[in-house]
Amino acid sequence: MTKSIHNNLDRHKIAEIQPLMQIHQLSLFYNQKPAFKDVTLSIPQNSITAIVGASGCGKSSFLICLNRLSDLIPGCTVSGHIQLGTLNILSPKANTTALRRRIGTIFQKPNPFPMSIKKNITFPLKEHGVKDSQQRHNIVEQVLKDVGLWSEVKDRLQDNALTLSGGQKQRLCIARTLALQPEILLMDEPCSALDPISSGIVEDLILRLRQKYNYTIIIVTHNLAQAKRIADYTALFWVDKGCGRLIEFAPAEQFFNAPNNELTKAYVNGIKG
Amino acid sequence: MWKPKTLSLFPLRNWFKYRKDFLLVWLLRGLSAIAGIVILLILGFLLREALPVLEEVGITAFFRDDSWNPGEKSYNLVPMIWGTGLTMMGAVLLATPLGIVSALFCHYYAPMPIASLYRRLIELLAGIPSVVYGFWGLVVLVPLINRLHPPGTSLLAGIAVLTLMILPTITLVADASFAKVPPEYLMGAAAMGLSSWGTIWQIVIPSAKSGLFTGVILETGRAIGETMAVLMVCGNVVQTPDSIFDPVRTLTANIALEMAYALDNHRSALFVSGLLLLGVIIVLAIAAELVDREAS
Ligand SMILES: Nc1ncnc2c1ncn2[C@@H]1O[C@H](COP(=O)(O)OP(=O)(O)OP(=O)(O)O)[C@@H](O)[C@H]1O
Ligand SMILES: [Mg+2]
Repeated sequence: MTKSIHNNLDRHKIAEIQPLMQIHQLSLFYNQKPAFKDVTLSIPQNSITAIVGASGCGKSSFLICLNRLSDLIPGCTVSGHIQLGTLNILSPKANTTALRRRIGTIFQKPNPFPMSIKKNITFPLKEHGVKDSQQRHNIVEQVLKDVGLWSEVKDRLQDNALTLSGGQKQRLCIARTLALQPEILLMDEPCSALDPISSGIVEDLILRLRQKYNYTIIIVTHNLAQAKRIADYTALFWVDKGCGRLIEFAPAEQFFNAPNNELTKAYVNGIKG
Repeated sequence: MWKPKTLSLFPLRNWFKYRKDFLLVWLLRGLSAIAGIVILLILGFLLREALPVLEEVGITAFFRDDSWNPGEKSYNLVPMIWGTGLTMMGAVLLATPLGIVSALFCHYYAPMPIASLYRRLIELLAGIPSVVYGFWGLVVLVPLINRLHPPGTSLLAGIAVLTLMILPTITLVADASFAKVPPEYLMGAAAMGLSSWGTIWQIVIPSAKSGLFTGVILETGRAIGETMAVLMVCGNVVQTPDSIFDPVRTLTANIALEMAYALDNHRSALFVSGLLLLGVIIVLAIAAELVDREAS
């Protein structure tokens, strides 16, 4: 794997492919039944990593381990090791509140809270100790501009967020996550509940976030064309004997043009999946 | 022959299916009409029985007379309205926060086995006959209060017993409305590292608001209507209480105590208090309906 990354020097200089998050032998079980097993990979910094694979191969389950949302699911256990800088994420001593501020999550179904548009952003900020209301207001304006929502909602910040359209809701969800200034964004099929135009807007936004703020983004998608358009690295998950496995992880160019694994080849050529 | 409203291009081969629908619809309509009619009949009956005394002394007599002494043509219901109002308010004020907090505990903090055990317990509490609560209040609670401040049978005893009795109502309704809070909200809140407290206060309670209101209205109705238990522990002295240690008599207890021997205007006056209770309950039912409609 290291070798394959080095083959792509034109895309990323060696200095820039510092792994930000190292995942080692990660497995997740729902009531002792494995959803995926023995996943080992390093997430490169300031890059977009796409995770693709057939339904039920454990992509969403993989994402929820990374910020310990798996703790919330009864009967769900995780084994292995995830290292983020000096932080051992799976350690029982890790502070999940701080961790989840560092690793933001965007869900498939937009889930703004049933409160005003503005409060959707200010309430989490308050919770994380931003006491000054002027500062909070500035952040609201900043993140809404970042997601391209400001011009659409600046006159109705007090309206209930549930009155927004699906695409606007999703961008609001991204905005409120950005407001907490995470280092990593996890996105679980963020476009699949949206129409093609909203989906395109969100996709552009993801690219912009990477370019402007150097976010590290891990995105699950069912849309291979989308993965091709935005990903720097791509991982393929696949079900093998009733349990998800990481089949291949490579820079996107190599993944789509010269994959190592036969399964990947079949998948990207549309024979499987 | 009855025909379905939609046009059919083909002969109705399965007309019996429509026929069955038709019968079911009318059966259901008939049954709900009966339920409605029964309520109207009760209301009409109460009005008919209450009318003689209302015509004779007028409605103001029930609020202005010197005392409740129907033998002497004195019909003041105010002390008993206080009795009903104060026991109800005390119980609702105590039971509502307790019920909501215990439903929150059950839903978000308790481990699975404890939560389900707790739920069963609350359901059991809801099923205990009111006379048993009254009995318990009389032999356990009243002597305790008596030691604190005689006589023991008092407004406080009534509030305490009523609180226990309506606690299951608000707890179960609150539990059900928390279960309806979309899990995406909770996942979203957790994913941003929000505290449980902030999540509950800012997201869960507001989303469950209409359910909680309905719960409060239901428990209020139950508290107003409760008769046997309050009769057993409240002391039943007709007076406007000065402290929570004073005995009181509620409207319901008054009806139960005097119905057996009341005659003429006295009997009619008891129906007036029944009418008053029914009126309050109807207002509460309408309020519950409005809250429900507001929510949807
Ligand atoms: N809460 C849960 N309890 C039990 N099993 C679950 C749970 N969530 C997911 N699973 C199972 O774990 C496996 C992986 O599910 P997961 O949702 O991670 O797949 P996915 O790759 O995200 O699929 P999709 O592309 O359809 O979203 C599936 O077999 C699923 O049935
Ligand atoms: Mg999924």
